[in-house]
Amino acid sequence: MLQLAGVSAGYGSFQALFDVSLDVGAGEAVGVIGPNGAGKTTLMRVISGMLPVRAGRIDLEGRALAGMPAHRVIGEGIAHVPENRRLFPGLTVEENLRMGAYIPSARQHVRERLEWVYELFPRLKERRDQIAGTLSGGEQQMCAIGRALMSKPKILLMDEPSAGLAPLVVQQVFGLVRRIREEGFTVLIVEQNVQQVLEVVDRAYLLEVGRIRLSGSAEELKNNDFVRQAYMGI
Amino acid sequence: MDIYLVEAIINGILLGGVLALLALGLNLIFGVVDVVWIAYAEMVMVGMYVIYWLHAYYGWPLPLACLVAVIGVGLLGILVHLLIIQPILGSAPINQLLATGGLLFFLQSFATLLFGTDFRNIGLRMPIIEIGDIFISFSRLIAFCVALAGAVILYFFLSRTHIGTAIRAISQDREIMGLMGVDERKVYVITSAVGGSLAGLAACLLVLQYDVHPFIGLSFGPITFMICVLGGLGNMIGGFVAAFLMSQIISVGGYYFSIELSYVFAFLFFIVLMFIRPQGILAK
Repeated sequence: MLQLAGVSAGYGSFQALFDVSLDVGAGEAVGVIGPNGAGKTTLMRVISGMLPVRAGRIDLEGRALAGMPAHRVIGEGIAHVPENRRLFPGLTVEENLRMGAYIPSARQHVRERLEWVYELFPRLKERRDQIAGTLSGGEQQMCAIGRALMSKPKILLMDEPSAGLAPLVVQQVFGLVRRIREEGFTVLIVEQNVQQVLEVVDRAYLLEVGRIRLSGSAEELKNNDFVRQAYMGI
Repeated sequence: MDIYLVEAIINGILLGGVLALLALGLNLIFGVVDVVWIAYAEMVMVGMYVIYWLHAYYGWPLPLACLVAVIGVGLLGILVHLLIIQPILGSAPINQLLATGGLLFFLQSFATLLFGTDFRNIGLRMPIIEIGDIFISFSRLIAFCVALAGAVILYFFLSRTHIGTAIRAISQDREIMGLMGVDERKVYVITSAVGGSLAGLAACLLVLQYDVHPFIGLSFGPITFMICVLGGLGNMIGGFVAAFLMSQIISVGGYYFSIELSYVFAFLFFIVLMFIRPQGILAK
């Protein structure tokens, strides 16, 4: 469904991604693992149009996305849950969710989408009028995912959903990711928490200093000696 | 209680309404576009001239002239954004300040060139309302009510519409607006139009009470900036509260001393508060 071929990108004179190719099939959950500074967030930003592509192609169901500004990419069916959640802290939970349905095609269905997200995450319904900045970390992540789902994307990009959360909350967040999968969404998830993410994805890529170093099924990577030593401390 | 003091307090409240409207417009633009329109009060001056010419010179009915001013200054706001602000959005704040400051002198000089330095009055004589022994100018009362209505409409626009929510969101996290499918440039243009229209509305209210001349902006510009800074730049509620605070100082101070001295007090109050609460009166 989503295909990247030979993608390079960077900031100024700094190149963060070198010739990255990956693909995500419909209904699949794919992980991108790697250490801090490997270019994982850059990869997400390039796909959602926040950062321009320097070389290579990005296609969603055959439609070229490279060069499209971020505010149009979401209309093509890609929703991005940014690193550190990035809710609008002064808006209420419901206003945050409504912002997720800003694009005209989603705006028409905002009521039913709200009901659907509330059904998926009843906690958000309880907190609908609460100011988002006052939510707990786990609830904020729930709200950020809900906000991205409001546009009913074809594929959901998740950037470090477990970052900055307490261990118990990390468990809950990966529980949310499972729920999203069960709903049939295609997910591309970037994580430093290698052990946990390999439990929820079908396949994964290992990104190191801007290059894909390894790829395979979650099982293969879990049993790969290099991954075990470098990223799971086993 | 001294009825003249009551009168001064009431006049202060009425003045506060118009100042609050001006502060709302300036804060709105600053909060969203992140640029201070130094020439904001000069846009009010343009609106006042529009009403003056249409009503007093060409004989248009006043409400129609006012409507044209609101729409016209709104369009001027779009022009200012597209021609002056947009090209320098990425540059240093001091350059943006100088550019809008340049606009201030441009509008002042342009008005002087076109209309001369005459004080012009639309020649409307509004009644004085008498309640007990208190006299209230009807034009001030209208100005207050319309300013308040404008603020309420702005509130509903910002809280109940999609674009209004986006306008509030953009000042909280500019970078991720694209991920929401929001084209920032469009939001900036719409905000500039709304901010301009508020200046146009303020022009309608001020033209009822004051003569128009090319330097009228100087009577409102500095005080509007002080109010915005006092309330915390970009903080609409803070600006609203600060407007009524400043207007009371001016009005009550004017009653006890003189109107000139009351402005001295207002500026002094501003300076002192900047030492005590540099983030604005409502900052946490």
